[in-house]
Amino acid sequence: MAKREKPPALKVKTFASHHVITQPNPLRRVIRQVDEKDVDDPVARAEKALAGLSGEFAKWMSVECDRLAAAHAVILKKGFTTATRDELFHAAHDIKGDAATFGYPTAAAAAESLCRIIEHAPDLAKVPGNLIAHHINAIQAIVREHPRSDKIDTANELSRRLRGVADEFLTIVNRDRPEHLEAILAPSIVPAE
Amino acid sequence: MYRIDFNKLRFLVCDDNPHMRRILRTLLHSFGAREVYESEDGATALEMYSHYVPDIVITDWSMPIFDGLELAQMIRQPDAKGNPYAPIIMLTGHSEKRRVTLARDAGVTEFLAKPISAKGLYQRVLNVVANPRPFIKTKNYFGPDRRRNNSTTYIGEERRTGGEVEVMQQPSLLDKARVAG
Repeated sequence: MAKREKPPALKVKTFASHHVITQPNPLRRVIRQVDEKDVDDPVARAEKALAGLSGEFAKWMSVECDRLAAAHAVILKKGFTTATRDELFHAAHDIKGDAATFGYPTAAAAAESLCRIIEHAPDLAKVPGNLIAHHINAIQAIVREHPRSDKIDTANELSRRLRGVADEFLTIVNRDRPEHLEAILAPSIVPAE
Repeated sequence: MYRIDFNKLRFLVCDDNPHMRRILRTLLHSFGAREVYESEDGATALEMYSHYVPDIVITDWSMPIFDGLELAQMIRQPDAKGNPYAPIIMLTGHSEKRRVTLARDAGVTEFLAKPISAKGLYQRVLNVVANPRPFIKTKNYFGPDRRRNNSTTYIGEERRTGGEVEVMQQPSLLDKARVAG
């Protein structure tokens, strides 16, 4: 572990309701000016390294799908408890976050739809069992059939329709819960890249 | 044109998903980073934060023991022994407005929604390195300034009140003793 320099001194301006604290940029030491003609492209280098990992992605997606199916199997056996609900949510949420990076954007979309059901349904025990099961089956099928280019349209359509049914269900069951309704209908506000 | 010397930066990556940790490690090493420490839960991350004193923390939101939001709140303790000012990049599958606001109010510096891309991660790191924001301390917030722009068209309520106060400099006991002596 490399030895670090002492952090620079802070400047504090005090106001009636708050303090503004500035410190000379401690990370300034890592900024380097380079020639405009510099051809080194760290982003391209990282994308290449990511492409080098892509041989692992199918195996990783299979592991994530197994985890999702196992979480669902426990719910079918024991019903929804805080622990079983959380495990299903985390498994779906990880697929939502990872699948597009691994080249499975349609599986990510179906997983996002499942996450929305788990997060916004007022009572998970009253969610039609088929709605959850169809999402899980769809995610598994999309991942299984991924190598088949002739199934891409089917996967897109399946994912789109599941989202439509899930949103319709959530809109109805949350009609008296405006804060959930707002979250369901609101677009993402994450800044674009 | 500016570049970041990633090999001089120390990262702490916190994500319970081993695949995502592998992706992050691969990206950071490709950018040139050599020191990348990893943890799979918030509690271990906090220990590693104190031990390794990273320059930048990259954390997931949903994690066991305590989550990324709680980790950010624990790091942003103005009177803590460790460094409460390190940039925190929250990398998460959550992308709803409510979540982004919660992360901001916990003292998160940058928010990056999954799916992760090399470009997105590089830009967030570049931003925290090249454009650090001052920290604001109020009764109930300590973290990077949540106002990213000085908008002249803002018409809402001004929540920060009062001009700069005069701070009476009290001589230390040692100085007083020296004068008396």
